[in-house]
Amino acid sequence: MRAFAEVLDGLSTTQSRIGKLALLSAYLRHAPDPDRGWALAALTDGLPLRIAFRRILSDLMAQRADPVLFKISRDFVGDTAETVSLMWPVAPYVDAPPRLSDVVGQLLAAKPSEQAGIIARVLDRCNARERWAFLKLVGGAPRVGVSARLAKTAVAELGDRDVSDVEEVWHALEPPYLDLFRWIEGTGERPDPGIVPVFRPMMLAHPVEEADWPGLDPNDFAAEWKWDGIRVQVAAKGGDVRLYSRTGDDISGAFPEIRSAFAHADVVADGELLVVRQGSVAAFNDLQQRLNRKTVAVKMLRDHPAHLRLYDLLFADGEDLRPLPFADRRRRLEDWHARERPLLTDLSVLIPFASFAELEELWRGARQAGIEGLMLKRRASAYLAGRPKGHWFKWKRAALTLDCVLMYAQRGSGKRSSLYSDFTFGVWRPRVGSNEQELVPVGKAYSGFTDAELRELDRFIRANTTETFGPVRAVQPKLVLEIAFDAVQLSARHKSGVAMRFPRVHRIRWDKPPEEADTLDATLALIDRPAA
Amino acid sequence: MRPVESWLYATDKGLYCAPGDFYIDPPRPVDRALITHGHADHARSGHGHVLATHETIEIIKVRYGVGSAATFQIAALGSAQRIGDVRVRFAPAGHILGSAQIVMEHAGRRAVVSGDYKRATDPTCRPFEVVSCDVFVTEATFALPVFRHERAEDEALRLVQSIARNPERAHLLGVYGLGKCQRMIALVRAQGYDRPIWLHGALVALTELYQNLGFDLGDCRPASTAAADELRGGLIMCPPSALMDRWSRRAGEDPLRVFASGWMRVRGRARQRGVELPLIVSDHADWPELLDTIVETGAEDIWVTHGRDDALVHQLSLMGRRARALALIGYEDDAE
Ligand SMILES: [Zn+2]
Ligand SMILES: [Zn+2]
Repeated sequence: MRAFAEVLDGLSTTQSRIGKLALLSAYLRHAPDPDRGWALAALTDGLPLRIAFRRILSDLMAQRADPVLFKISRDFVGDTAETVSLMWPVAPYVDAPPRLSDVVGQLLAAKPSEQAGIIARVLDRCNARERWAFLKLVGGAPRVGVSARLAKTAVAELGDRDVSDVEEVWHALEPPYLDLFRWIEGTGERPDPGIVPVFRPMMLAHPVEEADWPGLDPNDFAAEWKWDGIRVQVAAKGGDVRLYSRTGDDISGAFPEIRSAFAHADVVADGELLVVRQGSVAAFNDLQQRLNRKTVAVKMLRDHPAHLRLYDLLFADGEDLRPLPFADRRRRLEDWHARERPLLTDLSVLIPFASFAELEELWRGARQAGIEGLMLKRRASAYLAGRPKGHWFKWKRAALTLDCVLMYAQRGSGKRSSLYSDFTFGVWRPRVGSNEQELVPVGKAYSGFTDAELRELDRFIRANTTETFGPVRAVQPKLVLEIAFDAVQLSARHKSGVAMRFPRVHRIRWDKPPEEADTLDATLALIDRPAA
Repeated sequence: MRPVESWLYATDKGLYCAPGDFYIDPPRPVDRALITHGHADHARSGHGHVLATHETIEIIKVRYGVGSAATFQIAALGSAQRIGDVRVRFAPAGHILGSAQIVMEHAGRRAVVSGDYKRATDPTCRPFEVVSCDVFVTEATFALPVFRHERAEDEALRLVQSIARNPERAHLLGVYGLGKCQRMIALVRAQGYDRPIWLHGALVALTELYQNLGFDLGDCRPASTAAADELRGGLIMCPPSALMDRWSRRAGEDPLRVFASGWMRVRGRARQRGVELPLIVSDHADWPELLDTIVETGAEDIWVTHGRDDALVHQLSLMGRRARALALIGYEDDAE
């Protein structure tokens, strides 16, 4: 545990990718099996433990700390596991911490009712840094700035291999990955990826920058709408179908209807996962309801039907199409789709255009239909893993803005817990039965300001508080915030009837009188109709 | 017996002692100020008469000039004097060089204003003295149960070991210029680090003051006088604000950023500052020290000046003590 704690601690404060990689490789080279395999699991897919982590932590702390102090501390630190590691009562003498693989072994063998006791005994034997690392290990997502891909890259480095070699076998492996390390270190065979439909690293786009335009010839590019869903890869082989997120996470469990649609296929395809009702793409919020579920209720399947809009074909009938130019792959995709016609799928249309100006004009029209932006794909480019420069571009529309009035402020968490940093703002509407105006809250923003602006806002809030309830202060409606957001949608859950997507403070309008802020009608006018 | 709050209370000019007609650490200029220690949010310029320890007065003169108050009067630690109708005594606070608690007795009651304080040992200042009292006025900078500082000696050793492990990289150590800077120098010296320590310009004058007052801090030099290759693999100290700014470029391509502060206990704080090696060293009391100290003073009433008053007031109420936050303005909750 000590070596693992040290590497995790170092990773959490090391900024550079090279520095992180060096720390990880050194750890993987020196740590024994099976400890290093469990550590690798923690940094990639998570340990195969079923632990009600939050409940166990809150039960353990309920016996050891005052609830008010725990809450204040948690708000300050901004992370529950770290708070527990710091507040855990110090044992009279601290023993050496247990070995990582022993702890994992105990937890794997334990009944659910025994888990809390095991966790408490480990915490008693650790110092603060080890407690933190241990809780990150069993808690699922260590969030130390190490992607699964970086961890796999560190493994690949042990044997001078490329990360894609590791990724191609990854889904055939299980922690603690003994066969993987044997293969990488040259003492064992390559693990057989078998007939498991494995994840193929995706090709990603760069935002198009002003400086890119002069170098781009419209004839070299195909254009597609950028859909407001999530990017997925569907991999089907021998009746087994997997749906992978952009980062290679297996999200198949949440989308059984897509799996059955591909049950007879032998392909790997790239597309956008959406919720579509009667041919209309629903708001992103609807898709979010479907994510992060291990199983799906029938009602959810009926009310939030999933749909896959395909735009690329990587493999078909065992043939690797990735070296082909985009234009050829697109033809293969169209042929395959016309032949197989899998349910719940369609193709992302190619938008014909002669010039980028024409394309922009088309897009302006589509904006009314909720289109998030455009994708530009170089016709001659192969399907290249990662984010290679100059092949795929995303062209997003500028954010929308509204002038809103600050209504409430709440203390932040983490470094901001001494400042008021969460802002609820509203717009004007006529009060029912009178011709006076009243404010109605339309959203909440936590970002978009500098530290200096945050301190000014904090000062304004303290000086203009009308009421305090717990961590929240109501303030006089005097300050206008120009709020930027990606979209506004109808929402039954909000008093105003609308909800903003990604609102953030664009500018603080100290100069603007609050009466001149925007109205609810102006807000409603920005609602996108569902995409066609 | 008059309750203490009838003669010692917060005003818009700061904490005021009526029978002595003086203010303690006032944030605005006043006729008569008693100063606990030299940190900028406690010691300001422009007062008429200043009463403080010898070291604190020397610090104020270095920071603001010899004319920053009309008159200075030295308070000898331990010896009491009358000011108006109050008996006043200064007692060591263990926070930084010259730091003192101010003990006041009036009408049969004793109040102690601690200023800032800590209980851990510090080679650059006198240890905290527990003074029993009726009212204890405490700081609360690190008053959350998550704050338990590490042993400063162990943290200094981690720094010295990191310097040895990374002979190519300069170590850039962010510290507050008064107290933390000189304490860290003394701590790494005690770990056997005897190479020159390079100082940002903002740290030079106060470090010289410590040396003039007899502290042996070894070979400390202004970083501006170093040849480029002298800094490689060396230890450079700077104010926290310089850790990430243009100035830090003189430390070479890829300096290893270190920050010594109680805030480093929380990872988010270290990450936010781009700190690669966080050292948990503080000149303020941590949570157990705050509680222990309050219990040891035997005070029935605890007034909290600056920091996380909410958590401390709650905890003290659980311990059956009367505690309240003093609404004082002008102090930095985050200062360290
Ligand atoms: Zn201080
Ligand atoms: Zn202070």
